[in-house]
Amino acid sequence: MASTIHCDIVSAEGEIFSGEATMVFAKGEEGELGIAPRHAPLLTRLAPGQVRVETPEGDEKFFFVSGGMLEVQPHMVTVLADTAVRAQDLDEAAAVKAKEEAERALADRGAGMDFAQAQAQLAEAAAQLAALERLRKQLKH
Amino acid sequence: MSGSREIVGKIKSVQNTRKVTRALEMVSASKIRKAQDRMEASRPYARMMRQVIGHLAHANPEYRHPFTIEREEVKRVGYIVVATDRGLCGGLNSNLFRKVLGELQGWKEKDVAPSLVVLGRKAAQYFNRIDVPIAGAAQGLGESPRIEDLIGIIKVMLDEYRKGELDRLYVVYNDFVNTMVQQVTIDPLLPLPPATEEPMLQYWDYLYEPDAESLLDDLLTRYIESLVYQATLENLASEHAARMVAMKNASDNANNLIDDLRLAYNKARQAAITQEISEIVGGAAAV
Repeated sequence: MASTIHCDIVSAEGEIFSGEATMVFAKGEEGELGIAPRHAPLLTRLAPGQVRVETPEGDEKFFFVSGGMLEVQPHMVTVLADTAVRAQDLDEAAAVKAKEEAERALADRGAGMDFAQAQAQLAEAAAQLAALERLRKQLKH
Repeated sequence: MSGSREIVGKIKSVQNTRKVTRALEMVSASKIRKAQDRMEASRPYARMMRQVIGHLAHANPEYRHPFTIEREEVKRVGYIVVATDRGLCGGLNSNLFRKVLGELQGWKEKDVAPSLVVLGRKAAQYFNRIDVPIAGAAQGLGESPRIEDLIGIIKVMLDEYRKGELDRLYVVYNDFVNTMVQQVTIDPLLPLPPATEEPMLQYWDYLYEPDAESLLDDLLTRYIESLVYQATLENLASEHAARMVAMKNASDNANNLIDDLRLAYNKARQAAITQEISEIVGGAAAV
């Protein structure tokens, strides 16, 4: 029997593949990788591309990853796939967007205050009305 | 008779409210399931990630990433507050905010400045009103939040931590225990606790492509992101559970109210009839 290596492909949003493989191919940042059982421990970033898994049954499975990390231990391969396309400038843009969002929220502060005040006033008015209603009822009896 | 007509109007309005609360209850009940599935699905990633980080810590003990170094002096702390976009979910958000305020108060006494990033419209609204610096915000994540939506706010915090402007980072969210119980939870994110796994028997190290530092940095960033992502999912499940319970209570209250109003209506009706009869009888006697 051919020896196998355990392969897990996971992303933050779910497990994609888990099972035995005779060979795993992936596109590393520094070149194509072919991982056979008892490969030396390796850690690398993945480039966007295909991960190909050859199963002991002779099937080939293809998965697309938009990047991620690949860890190799002698008896297992772990692919931590990214769900999002990652790049330094994209991340930077996301951070800027989050900051802008916060500034926008802060700019709304005046409006938010008014709204909260209005809500408080409304609640007060409603309570007063309810109290009046109760008083009127009591007076009726 | 005018009294009874008023009551009928009120019964109608309460019935309409009950329709709404029932509908909300059922919608939330169906969404809990999906949110729980999503929670389950996100777990393997975090587990694998922990495993790899554990391996890395053993293989490479001499290099210590800034995220793993405990800073002795704490001058600023960061909180990632995960709340909901929508209301009508009972005390879920207010409990969370109260807990955060308590924490902030505690840090203030120690002369430590806080910094917040907020997730969810409710958190933005709430923390806008009090004087806390908000470094980042995100809202409108919807039913299936994606990591992409979180990258920005997390990066804001991680960058500050790298620059030494933050010494601690926490994430605050509602942990989904079960449908009835949601627990406000504050998890420390940074500094990362040292890995506690059984020591390996022999020395080995990875082949790194390209180099250990940048890989470790990427790994730890993704690890933090996955933790915050999980917190978001937990909070989402909690939101639906809390809304379901709150809406069920509202429907029950509406039922009670309708019962009371029916009783009042019947009494008013009977009183009117009695009065009419006695008037007729009185009239007949007078003739």
